[in-house]
Amino acid sequence: MNPASLAEAVVATLLLGSGVIVLIAALGLLRLPDFFLRMHAPALASTLGAWLATFASIVHFSHRGQGVALHVWLIIIVLSITAPVTTMVLARAALFRRRASDGAAQPGAGG
Amino acid sequence: MSLSLAISLTLLLYALAMAVGVLRVLRGPRAQDRVLALDFLYIVGMLMMLVLAIRCDSEMYFEGALLMVLLGFVGSLALAKFLLRGEVIE
Repeated sequence: MNPASLAEAVVATLLLGSGVIVLIAALGLLRLPDFFLRMHAPALASTLGAWLATFASIVHFSHRGQGVALHVWLIIIVLSITAPVTTMVLARAALFRRRASDGAAQPGAGG
Repeated sequence: MSLSLAISLTLLLYALAMAVGVLRVLRGPRAQDRVLALDFLYIVGMLMMLVLAIRCDSEMYFEGALLMVLLGFVGSLALAKFLLRGEVIE
């Protein structure tokens, strides 16, 4: 197998893996019963799905251009900084809203 | 040839995932479910832009994807902070 078709095969495999992972995340987002269970699903897309797509992009542009095209790595870095912050703030908001909505009815059942 | 087929298939999978996410936005019982699904839609849109960069063989999409990550972060954070303020608007 020559290098060109090998690189293409690697890129295709990584992309398909990313697509499958993102679809699994979406199905989890749709099917999980509770909000706090549902929060786990999009993390799959923003970690493994984004990693696979970014690796595909790095392999493709490194194979096309000159040198190693590592600037796509920035997306992973920014995503891995921002995704936990969003998740944490959203979880706190959901906790707050749940306490505010049914906290008056059953005060001992917080958390 | 196999690469373009894989790219089309991946875009199809992403589009399917986005449709499922839109379903969650429409169905979501409470506002935080909708915010979560919108954040997910932003991420999938960013991934779609990365795949389009490979398809069109242009690195210009990279800046768009990076911008999309940042805008999605700011948007989700603003919505979550709005939910934290306590006024329940459903």
